[in-house]
Amino acid sequence: MAKRIDVNNLNVYYGSFLAVEDVSLSIEPKSVTAFIGPSGCGKSTFLRTLNRMHEVIPGARVEGEVLMDGTNLYDSNVDPVAVRRHVGMVFQRPNPFPTMSIAENVLAGVKLNNGRMSKGDGEDLVEQSLRGANLWDEVKDRLDKPGSSLSGGQQQRLCIARAIAIKPDVLLMDEPCSALDPISTLAIEDLIQELKTDYTIVIVTHNMQQAARVSEKTAFFNIAGTGKPGKLIEMDDTTTIFSAPSERATEDYISGRFG
Amino acid sequence: MTTTDKRVAEEVPLTAHRRSLTNVGFEWLSTGAAALILVLLAAVAAFLLTEAWPAITDTSGELADKVSWIKPEDGESLLQVVGYLIFGTLLISAIALLIATPLSIGIALFISHYAPRRLAAGLGYLIDLLAAIPSVVYGLWGAIVLIPVLQPFYAWLATYFGWIPLFAPDPTTGVVSPTGRVALSAALVLAIMIIPIITAVTREVFLQTPKLHEEAALAMGATRWEMIRMAVFPFGRSGIVGATMLGLGRALGETMAVYMILSVGLSTSFAILQSGNHNTIAAYIASQFPEANMQGVSALIAMGLALFIITLLVNMLARWIVSRRSEFSGAN
Repeated sequence: MAKRIDVNNLNVYYGSFLAVEDVSLSIEPKSVTAFIGPSGCGKSTFLRTLNRMHEVIPGARVEGEVLMDGTNLYDSNVDPVAVRRHVGMVFQRPNPFPTMSIAENVLAGVKLNNGRMSKGDGEDLVEQSLRGANLWDEVKDRLDKPGSSLSGGQQQRLCIARAIAIKPDVLLMDEPCSALDPISTLAIEDLIQELKTDYTIVIVTHNMQQAARVSEKTAFFNIAGTGKPGKLIEMDDTTTIFSAPSERATEDYISGRFG
Repeated sequence: MTTTDKRVAEEVPLTAHRRSLTNVGFEWLSTGAAALILVLLAAVAAFLLTEAWPAITDTSGELADKVSWIKPEDGESLLQVVGYLIFGTLLISAIALLIATPLSIGIALFISHYAPRRLAAGLGYLIDLLAAIPSVVYGLWGAIVLIPVLQPFYAWLATYFGWIPLFAPDPTTGVVSPTGRVALSAALVLAIMIIPIITAVTREVFLQTPKLHEEAALAMGATRWEMIRMAVFPFGRSGIVGATMLGLGRALGETMAVYMILSVGLSTSFAILQSGNHNTIAAYIASQFPEANMQGVSALIAMGLALFIITLLVNMLARWIVSRRSEFSGAN
C-alpha cells in the first residue's frame, strides 16, 4: 500500500506530436500532490501516464521511465492492465456504470481481480468502501438502485469508492471536482484528507485554492505556446509554491496574471 | 448612420408572427409524411383482413374442395397448413438468427474495438456490400455452390450427432438428404443474408459507447474483453436486441432464397437435415400464387396475415425486452 513514484526524463507523445517534454519528479507515499497549470499544459496527459491510461488513445506513447517503488511501469514485461490495478483513477466527470447498481459499481473492479467472492465478503467490502468514500450513510438504503440515480457529487464519491475497493497503491484524480458544486467539492476535499493516510494521491486541478487546501506538494506545468510541448516548471512544497515560488512564470500564474 | 448600422430588432415588432409559406409548408409536409406511415400500415392490415376473411370464415368445406393444396382426405385444414408453415418459418428463422447473431456481434466488435482503423473501415464497407447482393443471387449461390460443399458435413453431423433430434437422419433410409436441400441449408443462407444488417447496426451502437465508461473500466484494470463486457455490451444491449429483430424481420419474410434452396414439405419435425419436411410462409405463398384460383388467393392472403401478425409480435417482444430494464440503461 501507498508506494512512491519517481519519474525520470519522461516525454509524452500523441503520434509524432510531443505533448509533454522531459518531466522528472518524485511523489512521496501517503501524501497529496497537486498538478496545476493552464489548460492544455499537459498536466492531465502526464497524469494518465502514471497508470498507463495514456496509451489507450491510438498512437499515444511515452519515452523515459516511471518508477513505482523502483519498478519501471514501462518495462517491456510489465502488463498495463496490472499497472492499472495498482494505480486507481478518478475522472473529471463522474462515470459510474449506468447499467450497474450502486453496490455492483463498487464491486466492479474487485470482481475483475478475483472473480467470485462470497456474498458476505462482498457486502462487507461495499460498506467499507462506501464508508471510505463518505457515501455510506447517504446510499445504504438503496444499494440496489442504479448508480446514475445519484447526484453528481454522490456519483463522484461512488467512483472513488469503486477505485479504493480494489485497494490500489496510488490514487490519481483528474480534476475530480470540476463538474461539482461547492458543497460536493468540499465533501471530496475532506475525503482526500482522510484517504491520504492510506494512499498516495495525485490530483490535477484548475482550482488553485483547492491545490493549496488539499496538497502537500504542488507541481506547476506550463506551455510556451500552441503546438509547443508542456513542461514541468517547478515542483515544491505547496506553501512555498503559493508564497515564494522560485520561477517567475509560477508567480505570474498563481497571482492570476495569466491562465 | 449607414443602413448596415440599423438594428434588425427595431424593424421587428413584438407582435410579428413569422409564419412564412415555407415554414407552414414544411410543417405540413413532415406531419403528412408521418401520417402516411399510419395510413399505409392500416391499409395493408385492412387489405389482408378483408381478402383473407372468406378463407378464414369458410365453414362449408368449400375451401377445401376448391383449393387443391388443402387435402381434407389427409385430415388437413387451412389452419393446419398454416400451422406447419408457421412452424417451418419460425424454425428456419430461429436457426438463422442463432448462427448470425454471435457472428455479427463478433464482426461488429472486431470492427469497432479490435481492428486497426484502416482495416476496420475496409471491412465495414465489405460487410455493407454483402447487404447489396440480391436475394435471388444468394439463392443461386446457395443452391449451386454452398449446398454441395455442406452435404458431406451434414452426413458427418448425422453420423456422430444423430442422437440429437435436430440432426437425426431419415428414419427410413438411415442417412441425411443426399441433395442437401434441407432446412439447415436454408437457415445458413438466411444467416449470411442477415449478418450485414445485424453487423451494421451493432457496430454503430458499439462505436457510440461513451469513452467515459470505457475508460472507467480500463482504469480499474480491465482487459479489453472485460472492458467490452462491462461498458460496451450493457450500453449496447438494446441496440443488439433491435439489430437482431431487424435481422429476424428479414429472415421471416425472405422468400426467394428459401424457395430456391429448400426441398419443401409440411410437418412439425425438428429434423433439419431431412428434406421435404419444412416450408416457410413467404416461400409457400410465392410458389402457390401463380396457379391459385379465387379461394386459393384468399387462403394465401390469410397466410400473409399470419406472417404479418408474427412479425408484429416479434417486434413487440423486442420492444418489451428493451424497455424491461430501462431504469438501468445508458439513457438516463
